[in-house]
Amino acid sequence: MSKPSDLVQGTQDMLILKILALQPLNVWAVSQRLKQISSDVLGVSDGSLYPALHKLEQRGWITAQWKASENNRRAKFYSLTRLGRKQLENETANWNRVSAAISGVVMLEEV
Amino acid sequence: MRFEHWLYSLPLRLHCLFRPHQLDQEMKEELRQHLEQQIQENVGRGMSPQEARRSAVLAMGGIMQIEQQCRDVRGGGVLQDFVQDLRYGLRQLARSPGFSALAVLCLTLGVGANAAVFSWVEGILFRPYPLVRHQPRLFAVAATVQGESSPDELSWPDFLDLRRNCTLCEDSFVNSITGSTLNVGDHAEVTTGSIVSANYFDAIGVHPILGHGFEAGDDVGNNSHPVVVVSYQFWRNRLKGDPQVIGKTQRLNNVPHTIIGVTPEGFYGTFVGRAMQFWVPVSMEGNFRRGGYTLEDRGARWVESYVRLKPGVSRAQAQQQISAIAARLQNDYPATNRGRGIGLWALWQTPFNHAGELLPTLEVMVAVVAFVLLIACANVGNLLLVRSFHRGHEMSVRLAIGANRGRLLRQLLTEGLILSALGTAGGFLMAYWCRHLLVMLLPVRGGTALYLPGAIDARVMGLGAGICLLVTMMVGLVPAFQTRNLDVAGSLKGVSVGVVGARERAWLRSGLVMFQICLSFILLVAGALLLESLQRIRTTRTGFSSTSVAVTGVSVVAAGYDVPRAKTFQNELVDRLIGLPGIESAAFGAVTPLGYASFPSSPIAVDGYQPSPDEQTEVEYNQVGPGYLATLGIGLLSGREFARSDDENAPLVAIVNRAMMMRYWGGQDPIGHRLQLNGRWLRVVGVAADSKYESMGETPKPFFYVPLRQDFVRQPDLYLRTTQPLQSTTAAVLREVHALDRNLALYEMITLQEQVDRATSPQLVAVTLVSTLGGLALLLAAVGLYGVMSYAVAQSKRELGLRMALGADAANLLRLVISRGLRLTAGGVAFGTVTALAVTRLLGRLLYNVSPYDPAIFSVALALMATTAMFACLLPAWRASRTDPARVLRD
Repeated sequence: MSKPSDLVQGTQDMLILKILALQPLNVWAVSQRLKQISSDVLGVSDGSLYPALHKLEQRGWITAQWKASENNRRAKFYSLTRLGRKQLENETANWNRVSAAISGVVMLEEV
Repeated sequence: MRFEHWLYSLPLRLHCLFRPHQLDQEMKEELRQHLEQQIQENVGRGMSPQEARRSAVLAMGGIMQIEQQCRDVRGGGVLQDFVQDLRYGLRQLARSPGFSALAVLCLTLGVGANAAVFSWVEGILFRPYPLVRHQPRLFAVAATVQGESSPDELSWPDFLDLRRNCTLCEDSFVNSITGSTLNVGDHAEVTTGSIVSANYFDAIGVHPILGHGFEAGDDVGNNSHPVVVVSYQFWRNRLKGDPQVIGKTQRLNNVPHTIIGVTPEGFYGTFVGRAMQFWVPVSMEGNFRRGGYTLEDRGARWVESYVRLKPGVSRAQAQQQISAIAARLQNDYPATNRGRGIGLWALWQTPFNHAGELLPTLEVMVAVVAFVLLIACANVGNLLLVRSFHRGHEMSVRLAIGANRGRLLRQLLTEGLILSALGTAGGFLMAYWCRHLLVMLLPVRGGTALYLPGAIDARVMGLGAGICLLVTMMVGLVPAFQTRNLDVAGSLKGVSVGVVGARERAWLRSGLVMFQICLSFILLVAGALLLESLQRIRTTRTGFSSTSVAVTGVSVVAAGYDVPRAKTFQNELVDRLIGLPGIESAAFGAVTPLGYASFPSSPIAVDGYQPSPDEQTEVEYNQVGPGYLATLGIGLLSGREFARSDDENAPLVAIVNRAMMMRYWGGQDPIGHRLQLNGRWLRVVGVAADSKYESMGETPKPFFYVPLRQDFVRQPDLYLRTTQPLQSTTAAVLREVHALDRNLALYEMITLQEQVDRATSPQLVAVTLVSTLGGLALLLAAVGLYGVMSYAVAQSKRELGLRMALGADAANLLRLVISRGLRLTAGGVAFGTVTALAVTRLLGRLLYNVSPYDPAIFSVALALMATTAMFACLLPAWRASRTDPARVLRD
């Protein structure tokens, strides 16, 4: 697996928020989903997810609850708060702006 | 946004704070589940169980690191650090209970003294009258007299004119303090009450809980409205809380009054220092004051009044209007109002109650307690500092394993906060116990209820919290300052070589000790100055003999005596008393010197003396009976005393004092000359020596005496020159009084010396307070000096041992340590002297006949300081001299 670039690392929070926006998940499911969606390209290690989730929780963007999982075991599920949803909107908008600008620049070079 | 943030994250933060272990457990569980699921999936992909586990753990990348990372993310909250510091700090304090107790005690004394004094100051300055509305707009009104420094009262007609014409005033009312006699068995008792205008209760917004206040017409007439409103205390104690009391009768000065109201609990009237027991309307004034009916007399000045300004009106604006009114009165009534203005005073400067009297003492006390607080802080700072050296190793270790200095600083501040919070709590407790001690500052005057509360309210609490913060900063930052140049490497190696007087490490502690010595030296000087001045004031010649003269009074007014009956009674009683064994002489006099009642005064004219146009010729006088001067031991310089024959049928006569002779007759013998008083001419028959009249501090002033029978008062004071103790004299006098009339009662009997002592009690209290606090400060400074010296000795064992090994003997080391301690003291005293020279001036009004720069006083304080310092250094020095060189050098 190649190392994710700095740019991608900076957007990890956004990716997690986006995934949790779809449905509440536990950490393992988040990591699976992350790999699935991004086809393992981003290569986020499972370990780095924990501090990231804790940080988001600390900021009040996500909350955690212990709930029964599909196989009927208690697991900690993370879900987005209203604040987190706003944050996600902001970051998404930001991302769109930045990526549009960057792809614009990339296009320019090709001409 | 900010609020929402807290809303979502607060539960988690609280969780972090109080149940960190549970969070840790949850995190571990989460990780474990994660691993298991990964392993299962790996197995599903066809790995062996071992391989599956290994691959899963690898993917995670180190469980321990993750856990630590999570904790880091979670932790680091300011609040959490604070709780941690708090716990740690408490553990630290519990580890050295002696140090902690000493530090908390120092702070308790400092904060407690401040809070108590502030609660007193507040009681007088900001909130003098409980339950009275709009006090910030309330001002006292009094007359200013040209050429006189102290204000005078108004007359009722003047007050009415003021009230009519002052458009900037919302309300004006009268509240003159008075006394009334109630007989209790053989003793007469004086209750304190007020003569008030009919609008009084409406104006101050206090409504009786039973009955009602006065009605508009109650102001008018001569003794026409015998109604009284009584205080809650009076109703509870004297009237047994009778709910049917309205409409019943209460005799006041032997006149039956109808009780029309009872004031609410907690209302004490509008007079700083006294709790009023009853209120009567001004129409009853003639029954309570010596002058009789004076409501139409512009020259009779007894009205103590207040105005409440309309909202938004400044004192200066109101003063302008009132001055204009006063000018008009001067113009319209030159005979009575020439040279008289009307002034406004802030409540705390009210000229006719105890507020002004207490101010100088309070000012000094505020300064003194601030000093004590500073000394206490310096002491605690010093203690913390010494301890921080002991903890140098701990600090170094913490720095070495990665704590940043900010974090250390915060922890030290937290420890300071714990100490000062404990000290503040203790201080409040102390202030709470002391809140009523303010009464001590007032001279005792027999029989009347003193009321001067201090209350621990929000403002006092606020001040306490402020002090607490300040103290935290001061005592917490002192050791923090020291960590700045903490030598981590050296400290970790365990090297600590001290030298007695090593400057760079000791300057802070030395500075603090010098600061303490400086402050306590100032307090010592102040205490000594006050003590000396008290000594002088008490040994000042009063001009009368004080120890062998007793003073009392007989309640003839309460018993309903009219003027002729009172005259007969006075003669008969004096005749009977003079015959008694042990009583050398007895005489009546209207007003007792140095007492609370003021002497009558009036403008006079003197044959052949031409006053300058603006000169005030108002002179105080006293109405005295035959033998008054002899009884009090006031010298007669020439002429004769009054005799029985100087009665209402005889030509009017007067005795003037020496100061009056000097001023009005240029030092020539005035006997046979005339002076005019209230339109009548009096012939001077004698010259008396000067004596003290109103205060011990006054300089000789013109004064004269007139015969009691020619200017009669029904109930003068009675003076007895006696060789017997007070008790037997009281019994003998009471027997004679009862022989004349069983219904009469005797007032408290005291010696004139007691009268002098009561008059000088503010000075006594100032002395007591300042010397107590000064002693405390001295003790604190000694503890500080002792601490620094013993620490220095403990730190420089090696050096001392080396010196000894090289041939110094015990005496040398003793001298070394003591001289260092005395050097610190000398430094402190030098600063102290300079500062004291600048600040003792502020004692001004409390000093009597003592220069604030008196070198003798400074020397005494210096000697005391030096001796104390010597003792403080003795033990450390002795310890130094006992150094065992062999053992120290081996260690």
